[in-house]
Amino acid sequence: MGLAPAITDVEELKSHPALARLLAWNPPVVQAVKFDREELTVWIEKGSIREACAILRDHPECPFNYLCDITAVDWYPSEPRFEVVYHLLSIPKKERVRLKAKLDGSSPAIESVTSVWPSANFYEREVFDLFGVRFTGHPNLKRIMMPDNWEGHPLRKDYPVEGYR
Amino acid sequence: MTQFPAATVTEPSQDRTLVLNMGPQHPSTHGVLRLVLEIDGETVVRLMPEIGYLHTGIEKTCEAKFYQQVVPLTDRIDYLCPLTNNLTYCLAVEKLLGLEIPPKAQWMRVLMNELTRINSHLVWLGTHAMDLGAMTVFLYCFREREDVLRFFEMVSGQRMMTSYFRIGGLALEPPLGFFEKVKKFADRFPGNVDEYEGLLTGNPMFMMRTKGVGRLSMEDAIALGATGPTLRGSGVDIDLRRDAPYTGYENFKFKVPVSTEGDVFARYVCRVQELRESIGMVQQALAGMPEGPVKADAPKVVLPDREKMKTQMEALIYHFKIITEGFSVPAGEVYQAVESPRGEMGYYIVSDGTAKPYRVHMRGPSYANLQALSKMCEGHLIADVIAAIGSIDVVLGDIDR
Repeated sequence: MGLAPAITDVEELKSHPALARLLAWNPPVVQAVKFDREELTVWIEKGSIREACAILRDHPECPFNYLCDITAVDWYPSEPRFEVVYHLLSIPKKERVRLKAKLDGSSPAIESVTSVWPSANFYEREVFDLFGVRFTGHPNLKRIMMPDNWEGHPLRKDYPVEGYR
Repeated sequence: MTQFPAATVTEPSQDRTLVLNMGPQHPSTHGVLRLVLEIDGETVVRLMPEIGYLHTGIEKTCEAKFYQQVVPLTDRIDYLCPLTNNLTYCLAVEKLLGLEIPPKAQWMRVLMNELTRINSHLVWLGTHAMDLGAMTVFLYCFREREDVLRFFEMVSGQRMMTSYFRIGGLALEPPLGFFEKVKKFADRFPGNVDEYEGLLTGNPMFMMRTKGVGRLSMEDAIALGATGPTLRGSGVDIDLRRDAPYTGYENFKFKVPVSTEGDVFARYVCRVQELRESIGMVQQALAGMPEGPVKADAPKVVLPDREKMKTQMEALIYHFKIITEGFSVPAGEVYQAVESPRGEMGYYIVSDGTAKPYRVHMRGPSYANLQALSKMCEGHLIADVIAAIGSIDVVLGDIDR
């Protein structure tokens, strides 16, 4: 079984409920799309992530009402350095979509989605703890895995695997 | 005693309430879970989980390993269902590679995965009942669990950290006599479940401790990200094995138990029903087990058989290459979700085209369920916290990673 090439053309993917809803709402928010290995990824303009999540959650036909996961990827040393990744699931329609937002390396910050899904609380704390990405509007943004007085953010690529000695 | 100043009252509410630390070394918190409880008499006003005591940085370690070297690490995440972790990781990498798995390997994966679910649910049932004072069930459950662990030992040589599923198939053929032994167990097991149910389901003391306790409404369960039996216990009909079938689950017939009450008892009912469904699937897998190889025909990814490696030059070269430099995976990213005994377990893997994963993220079902715990316990008694922890079936290895 070979791999089909990824589709990155917005026009071809318009039929996916998540993308259709986002384009109907506010087309400039969608920066890029990719359909690869049966999974749809949508890059969202970072300032609109909370509204985009709320729009998708309240989608009339296919509500993406369940937040599976929030995580991040560090593309050090290239810029924009961080990508925050949201995995959404529609429980009624069993559809999935992945949202991504790109953040600069200097002081990465993005709006929290805890007001859309309370479950984002722990996920965002984990990303803050391990990547140092700040979530504005988060009710309790403090370290969750590492001790409170830990220095550095271990999952950043410039943090050595063995830790600082 | 000068170094211990008396605690000062800083908020008016603190006049009435007391902060109590439960765990991290407490047998009923099922690992190193620490709960900070704010209590008013016997009533819990606020519950805050404090985690991270078992954080080992597995996600960081994965980035420094070859793809095939990550498999043994995945066992150690959710240590009660190691095979489900193996499966999720292998499926994710296979999706990245675009690799097709032979039917026998798929059926074996389903068989072993369901045995893992039985193993995990038996530990849950035994410890949950013991937390609530029913000691006998624990002994019965661990008796049957021992049989399942022996099956794991037969196929992989390990009782718990199996690493039996590999990228491209299985590590080894199942040994002679394996299927007969599993068949014997599968025929006997429904009777054992009757035995547990006889001890618990109609037991008035068990019902008093569980019915109406730790309630979670359907809306709250979805908003707080509960998953697996916790979500199904609140009336949401979702099971990834049926809704997004993987590794050949579409060939199996099974029901998805759902209850609508959303309390501890509802979750108990869901899980016990799942035990019966799982053993049904084990029977189906045994009856329809296809013949054929258990590894994909992809010499650059799958290690050759020992025999071939010792006799054929080409196989030896491939073996050497895989061990020393790994295999490169086409760039891209996947999120593979699997229905583990605790709910949706997801692996998000980013590949940059080299032999080591650029980023591996595990979405643990226990991590998701733990967030719902505060909602279940606030306003209830301390004793009910124990019942609620048992009912979400936390595994701390899965939470802290």
